[in-house]
Amino acid sequence: MTLQEYTSSIHNFEECMKCTVCTAYCPVVQVNPLYPGPKQAGPDGERLRLKDPYFFNKALKYCLNCKRCEVACPSGVHVADLIQAARIRYDHSAPKLRDRLLASTDFMGSLARPFAPIVNAVTGLGVTKKVLDATMKIDSHRTFPKYSASSFERWLKRRRKEQAAFPEQVAYFHGCYVNYNYPQLGKDLVKVLNALGVGVQLLEKEKCCGIAMIVNGMSKEATKHAVHNVAVLGKAVEKGLKVVTTSSTCTLTMREEYPALLGVDNSAVKDSLLLATRYIFERLEAGAQLKFRPDFHLKVAYHTPCHMEKLGWGVFSEKLLKMIPGVEFTLLDSACCGISGTYGFKKENYEASQAIGAALFEQIRAVNPDVVACDCETCKWQIEMSTGYSVKNPISILAEALA
Amino acid sequence: MKLNTVIIGGGLAGLTAGIRLQKAGKSTAIISAGQNALHFFSGRFESVSESSADFIDFFAEAGVRLHYHEGVSLMPMGKLVPSSLSLEDVSIFPEGGLPRKALIVNFTGYHDFFSSFLAEGLEKEGCACRIRFIRIDEMERLRESPSEMRSVHIARIMDKAWEKVVQEVRVLLKDEDTVILPQVFGLKDSHTPSLIRERIPAKVVFAGTLPPSVPGIRTQLQLRRRYELLGGTFLMGDEAVSAETDGARVSSISTKNLQGHPLEAEHFILATGGFFSKGLSSNPQKVWEPLFGLDVEALADRNEWYDPDFLKEQPYMGFGVKTDASLRALKAGEIIDNLYVAGSILGATHPELGSGAGLALRSAFAVADLIAKL
Ligand SMILES: Cc1cc2nc3c(=O)[nH]c(=O)nc-3n(C[C@H](O)[C@H](O)[C@H](O)COP(=O)(O)OP(=O)(O)OC[C@H]3O[C@@H](n4cnc5c(N)ncnc54)[C@H](O)[C@@H]3O)c2cc1C
Repeated sequence: MTLQEYTSSIHNFEECMKCTVCTAYCPVVQVNPLYPGPKQAGPDGERLRLKDPYFFNKALKYCLNCKRCEVACPSGVHVADLIQAARIRYDHSAPKLRDRLLASTDFMGSLARPFAPIVNAVTGLGVTKKVLDATMKIDSHRTFPKYSASSFERWLKRRRKEQAAFPEQVAYFHGCYVNYNYPQLGKDLVKVLNALGVGVQLLEKEKCCGIAMIVNGMSKEATKHAVHNVAVLGKAVEKGLKVVTTSSTCTLTMREEYPALLGVDNSAVKDSLLLATRYIFERLEAGAQLKFRPDFHLKVAYHTPCHMEKLGWGVFSEKLLKMIPGVEFTLLDSACCGISGTYGFKKENYEASQAIGAALFEQIRAVNPDVVACDCETCKWQIEMSTGYSVKNPISILAEALA
Repeated sequence: MKLNTVIIGGGLAGLTAGIRLQKAGKSTAIISAGQNALHFFSGRFESVSESSADFIDFFAEAGVRLHYHEGVSLMPMGKLVPSSLSLEDVSIFPEGGLPRKALIVNFTGYHDFFSSFLAEGLEKEGCACRIRFIRIDEMERLRESPSEMRSVHIARIMDKAWEKVVQEVRVLLKDEDTVILPQVFGLKDSHTPSLIRERIPAKVVFAGTLPPSVPGIRTQLQLRRRYELLGGTFLMGDEAVSAETDGARVSSISTKNLQGHPLEAEHFILATGGFFSKGLSSNPQKVWEPLFGLDVEALADRNEWYDPDFLKEQPYMGFGVKTDASLRALKAGEIIDNLYVAGSILGATHPELGSGAGLALRSAFAVADLIAKL
């Protein structure tokens, strides 16, 4: 055995040479001095925590898990994984009720959906927001995403036969957002894939990917979801299906976080789990064709969500959008919008969240597009709330542009 | 994905080649595993001794402001070193033009700027120095986390508060001919250093801090933005992990993030940097190039790799990938037809191309121009 084998560590922390480039790119450090920064929270802290868990610093909760530290690291240290893994390992405080609710996106969705009109009306009320703010510390500036009265699953089930008639098939992991809040995105995907001659199937009962649980101190629950999802993904993959998604965060969670943070082996399904943008790009590259409207005109500014940046697949969304005749395309500087899932909903993070996003909002206003494109639902809420510009998933723009 | 050229490495060499090829109408992608040596850049382009209008114009298009003057510039530890082509932030003293009396201004509690070393260095040259510390209200917030009081964080505040520093300096300034400030200005806007210079009635010198380098990060952002504006695809945080070859040619590159989706191209540029950026690897027995297994020029005897005098030029820094005269890579003595090499991974194998940032620029221009003509 060589010396290197003794000194190497999980998440590569010993590769850190203290250059502080990670900290230079951390959006939280820029706005919240209570956060020690990724270098200290990650590799520096790890060295101490390994000696004695006493050195675990609760301020790690301010990390918004954007992973930009990891993308920037010149030495291949998995800085963000180190931080999240430390939170899982050393922070045993029970999550607050608020955090539990925010994290249980599919549970909340299935509860709220049947009463959608009432829930939407109530959560939209100023007085409800004030109550949530005061009792639960959910910031009153936030508007809860609206719940849809009919779920996407229901919609697609009704079309099972029609979809099965297509010569080729994919399975779709729609995630909580498409199912409960915004079925239209799922319908747009079906439209685009059908235009390519591909039918869309549901998985055999997917569960929330679990990211909100991972970052809200509920890793046990998240692990259950991961095990379940890997199993149902596996069934689709065994049938020879690719599984497509429309959320960059769900995709990153299932491909990268399951093994890295939850220790759930996803090797049998990982390569078959693709963002729909990548799947469609690859089909077109292999010769498939889409017919576009001749009169389509849209000024689009693309925002790369943090988890897309980490996944490294923004290029597919970008290339697809540029391919649409009549699209005037601008790539926004890659920067965090500040919401990071449930992070920005918490009262204690509201100001930081808005300050983080400020540069992005400023750039959007300067570009003044017809629409901002991005592959993440929480970025969508944040950018719409903060700038007033409408935000759409590239798949929806593609669907609109089809002849 | 099919491209004209795939560039591996997104540092100064990779970005320069990418911009040049996009300008020539070629489709390119840059794969960049993490950030690069620009984050440690002093602002001085080593080894450029000819006046270089080409470089200056090329960078001006990206908003990067360079100047060429022959003389010496002040290094972070107080040494004066010969300099020529530099970012505008860097002041170059012509022969006989060193400061006589200097006011060195630092922020209270900022430890990454070495005022007393700077003073010591200048005093050796006969310059009298006075060191003063200032506090700016906007910076107080940073003190809550003193260990993270770093150049870039200060710079973010200075993007908005630099005029306050100007006011403080004007109050402190007596009969000094020169004011020395840390290099923490103009992270967002490259005009800020010159605006500061206009408003202070003495020569203003920005001296380096501990990394990350503020002008270096700004330059990286500007070059990346320019590259993307020209339609280039920048794959940040991705890593080339293997190459597919077809006889004497490379046909595609596979990356960590794009598993199952190789990047195909007619030409490839290897700009993965030196040891520091993992363009070259070593163990006690040998030095190698990890991606393609290219031939490397290195000394066989490990005892000759380094000079025990730490501050001397280290022989290992000269090790580099072997290429032919048109910078095409060699593997087992054979030329790989469509793989070109640029930047610090060349080491000192082509002394005529210089070293450091000068080498990065010259080699990137050379390979991009060769490819653009094909
Ligand atoms: C700390 C330091 C300070 C320096 N300061 C100066 C200075 O002030 N002036 C000067 O003239 N020169 C300086 N240099 C020399 C410097 O190397 C050059 O100036 C120049 O910046 C090198 O550019 P490059 O593009 O060749 O390499 P780099 O900037 O090192 O970039 C290489 C890039 O390739 C990436 N990479 C490596 N392997 C892979 C892979 N398999 N897949 C994808 N990407 C990969 C790396 O992550 C990195 O981003 C300095 C060097 C260092 C290390």
